[in-house]
Amino acid sequence: METLILFAPLVGALIGGFGWRLTGERAAMWITTGLLFVACAFSWIVFLTHDGVTEKIQLLRWIESGSLSTDWAIRMDRLTAIMLIVITTVSALVHLYSFGYMADDPQWKEGESYKPRFFAYLSFFTFAMLMLVTSDNLVQMFFGWEGVGVASYLLIGFYYRKPTANAAAIKAFVVNRVGDFGFALGIFGLYYLTDSVKFDDIFAAAPALAETTVHFLWADWNAANLIAVLLFIGAMGKSAQLFLHTWLPDAMEGPTPVSALIHAATMVTAGVFLVCRMSPLMEYAPEATAFITILGATTAFVAATIGLVQNDIKRVIAYSTMSQLGYMFVAAGVGAYSVAMFHLFTHAFFKAMLFLGAGSVIHAMHHEQDMRNYGGLRKKIPYTFAAMLIGTLAITGVGIPLTGWIGFAGFASKDAVIESAFAADPMGYAFWMLVIAALFTSFYSWRLMFLTFFGKPRGDKHTHEHAHESPMVMLVPLGVLAVGSIFAGAIWYSSFFGKTNEIASFFGVPYAEASEHGEAKDDHGEAKDDHAAPKDDKKKKTSYAFTGKPGEGAIYTGKDNHVIHDAHYVPTWVKLSPFIAMVIGFLMAMCFYIWDPKMPKRTMEHNRPLYNFLLNKWYFDELYDAIFVKPASMIGRFFWKRGDGDVIDGTLNGVAMGIVPFFTRLAGRAQSGYIFTYAFAMVIGILVLVTWMTFSGGAQ
Amino acid sequence: MIQADLNIIMPEIILSLFAIGALLGAVYTSKDKMGPMLVWATAGVFLALALWIGVNGQGTNPAFGGMFVDDAFSRFAKVAILLSSAAVLVMSQEYMQRKGLLRFEYPVLVALSVVGMMVMVSAGDLMTLYMGLELQSLALYVVASLRRDSARSTEAGLKYFVLGALSSGLLLYGASLTYGFAGTTLFSGIIQTATEGHTSIGLLFGLVFIIAGLAFKVSAVPFHMWTPDVYEGSPTPVTAFFATAPKIAAMALFARVLHDAFGSAVSDWSQIIALLSVVSMFLGAFAAIGQTNIKRLMAFSSIAHMGYALMGLAAGTVLGVQAMLVYMAIYVTMNIGTFAFILSMQKDGQAVTDIGSLNQYAKREPGKALAMLILLFSMAGVPPMVGFFGKFYVLRAAYDAGLAWLAIAGVIASVIGAYYYLRIVFYMYFGEVPDETLDKSHSPVLWGFLMASAAIMVLGLVNLFGIEGAAAAAAATLVN
Repeated sequence: METLILFAPLVGALIGGFGWRLTGERAAMWITTGLLFVACAFSWIVFLTHDGVTEKIQLLRWIESGSLSTDWAIRMDRLTAIMLIVITTVSALVHLYSFGYMADDPQWKEGESYKPRFFAYLSFFTFAMLMLVTSDNLVQMFFGWEGVGVASYLLIGFYYRKPTANAAAIKAFVVNRVGDFGFALGIFGLYYLTDSVKFDDIFAAAPALAETTVHFLWADWNAANLIAVLLFIGAMGKSAQLFLHTWLPDAMEGPTPVSALIHAATMVTAGVFLVCRMSPLMEYAPEATAFITILGATTAFVAATIGLVQNDIKRVIAYSTMSQLGYMFVAAGVGAYSVAMFHLFTHAFFKAMLFLGAGSVIHAMHHEQDMRNYGGLRKKIPYTFAAMLIGTLAITGVGIPLTGWIGFAGFASKDAVIESAFAADPMGYAFWMLVIAALFTSFYSWRLMFLTFFGKPRGDKHTHEHAHESPMVMLVPLGVLAVGSIFAGAIWYSSFFGKTNEIASFFGVPYAEASEHGEAKDDHGEAKDDHAAPKDDKKKKTSYAFTGKPGEGAIYTGKDNHVIHDAHYVPTWVKLSPFIAMVIGFLMAMCFYIWDPKMPKRTMEHNRPLYNFLLNKWYFDELYDAIFVKPASMIGRFFWKRGDGDVIDGTLNGVAMGIVPFFTRLAGRAQSGYIFTYAFAMVIGILVLVTWMTFSGGAQ
Repeated sequence: MIQADLNIIMPEIILSLFAIGALLGAVYTSKDKMGPMLVWATAGVFLALALWIGVNGQGTNPAFGGMFVDDAFSRFAKVAILLSSAAVLVMSQEYMQRKGLLRFEYPVLVALSVVGMMVMVSAGDLMTLYMGLELQSLALYVVASLRRDSARSTEAGLKYFVLGALSSGLLLYGASLTYGFAGTTLFSGIIQTATEGHTSIGLLFGLVFIIAGLAFKVSAVPFHMWTPDVYEGSPTPVTAFFATAPKIAAMALFARVLHDAFGSAVSDWSQIIALLSVVSMFLGAFAAIGQTNIKRLMAFSSIAHMGYALMGLAAGTVLGVQAMLVYMAIYVTMNIGTFAFILSMQKDGQAVTDIGSLNQYAKREPGKALAMLILLFSMAGVPPMVGFFGKFYVLRAAYDAGLAWLAIAGVIASVIGAYYYLRIVFYMYFGEVPDETLDKSHSPVLWGFLMASAAIMVLGLVNLFGIEGAAAAAAATLVN
């Protein structure tokens, strides 16, 4: 069944990409979509029936060279199962949605075929992504990792007639190369140190790595920390973390379904998946995880601030994605891997829905993306409005405070992240950054809603008059995702962020009763116990702790890692803080965009430098342009014009058009046709040979 | 004793008797009408002898006190000479007949020159060497001017004769010097006096003059000047003959003299050969670029090819000789195919040699154009054609012998040389519409040779038809 899930999208991609001339456009589209729905159905079966035990399915032996042995295999555990449903569900829905969204694209002329290609790329992406999450070794994972990179490149540049789309595609590819360089170095390093690229071997070797020192870049490093950081650099590129994030907003040049699938729900979360997958290694790399936490928190904050002032509807959501990815990394960084996966899981639903909703708005508004030209669309496109509202409620984290789980999907998971951050480092940097980011998230999400759906219509009148609700194929995916956005958090709350034993059995991790640490915690945490875990029986005093060796189960939590346990016993105000931040953000948005529409302008004028700073995305692009792009292109141009053009081409041209013809003429002239010339040449020849022999021969 | 000696030179005796018999028979019977029949008969005799020598020959058999040697090396060369001569004869029959050139002397002269070549490659003494060389050359001088009523043809014959005489003079002078300083004309005697590092300067001068005489025969620069004129002036089948069998014979003789007589002074002659090799490769490449006549172009092409073959010799090792033999075998095969094509180039019954006439040839005759493309790629040394492996062998031999600079020069020269081969391909496939188009040729013989040659160039990459083993065995008997 797993094999079928894996290869159905590939078959679809091949048929859509190469066979559509035989099957016809329409049939190719239905086949790709149909195959994905099949894959999706099987994925849910696998997810729901999975018992947490790690299975391995070998497909074929891939590379055998010396001690390097790589299988093509599926590693089926809870992490894989979660990713399977996330990928196939969103992908299937996006395929369906694309029927409507891509129906009449103004980028193409009448009669040009582009739809099967689009569907083929989507299916190819899905295949590569599945390859990434199912791999049981780093090489296969890297294959999937690069595969999604290629698909992302192709899809961002799908509107290849637009120069901006091409530039964005190249930017995404190049920035990802930087990250991939780190990832590749990490793989090399692991192979160098453990002589294997298989997860099982690497996990088993993780404790030893923590005590190994390697020499790298003129310094000695702790092996586990170094590898973890290198792998995380790969994750930073793919997941658009700070410093390697600049490609993500530009990637919005791609068609909106692509943004929903790749740049919100799946590909960008591959970095989070990587860190969770490598949890046995991360647990032995405290400095690296601290770095991940700080960078994740900073990303969450920076992205949220930029999101506050963007005007392009897709860019707002893109920065929101970046910010939420920061949350996930904080969770992973503090050691709450299940919480990171939880947020990844819920985020996939509501973020995909926000993007698809935005796509629906854009579709309705004839590819207008500037929110300043929206307004009052609530009545024109009511279903889309409803969907976006649910998405916004989910992302801002609306729920009943202190219950922990009764609320929209984002409520359960985001609060879990923030509580974990506090538990790991009370009053620390990460915690405060996340709370502030939550406030900003609420503000810009509601700002998006208010600007789009409320107030008076702005911009082109004609466009507004013709605004229309999207067709059914686009609304059905929205509906399905809405269900997920509402309930996903509540249903799986205990599995991801419940009692230790619940999480352990969900992820197939061995656990044992009652460590002393747990008992000690219980004493002062008793009062809040019921708030944190509502289902928890008060009388049941036994608490559990993760045990087992690295590599047993889908995730590994070290002996001294009690973050998830502690997260349930944080002070009440901490539990309330994200909710309060959310309310403040909402009220501010109301204030700015409903009650006093003049206020944004006023505030902007009072804080012009700050506004520009944010609007220009902290000047990251300009900075990179000055530091990297300009010098690189200068060097490139130098080697192109001077090196290649003048030196190499010049030499070759000179030789081919100057020197060679010169000798040719000379040889032609020597061939006079007169016998005495020929005889003379022979005599000269013998003279030269004799002289040569006299001076250099054995005669000396 | 004499009986055993005669047995060893039996192939040469049979061929001589055949030539004399054919000459007498034709003179006293139907004269030129016998021409076609004699061509086929001669080719048949060549084939039979090649089979006999190839299958029967075993071991190293010196005859006449070591003046004549029958060994694996000479057998390899003889088989190649006989087969290529047979092929050229068969190809030329139709062309010569059409031009009214098929006199009965033609096959007889070819047969006599082949006898000369066979003696050359078996020479174990400077006397034998000269005898074979002159027999070969005399026959060739006449064949070159076979078209008596054409000024160009007679001019070619005369030029070849005069310069040939000069080169023979150089060779004889060298031989006499060698005799004077070594006290013997036997190769086995010379090698004992010419020890490494202590060779007397007189002996070395003798060697240089002998090399010059032989270089003339293989048309190595600067003794090459006759080649383009003779190639252009002679009837095309004769050109084809010049480009094949005599080249093998002269190259084999070259190897035999250098290794059998001067094998103990490798470092002395190696540099001379390397020098000849490098200037031949470069001049061949440079001068061919300026040619529009395909026969002249092939002349310079053969000069360049001889440069590569000499590179193998310059290595002075077993591998070098083996590489040279393989290279020559491949070279001859390519040239037979190419000349089969050139022979079929005609317009209204007149032979055409301007490469401009090949414009857009691929549109009219795609099959032949493709075969020609393969041959030209092979001559340029483009992998995976067999010609590439020939070059690869000699380059490796030179490199292994410490002549890396020579190998690099060879690669550069082959890049330059690729230009004029590829230009013909360009004309055939992408050229402008020509003013006049070539007639369609309907000669199955020429077509067959062209296609077979092209097929060998592609299929040979599997194992070079086992020629490596034979060449290795041949080289091993020569180099000690």
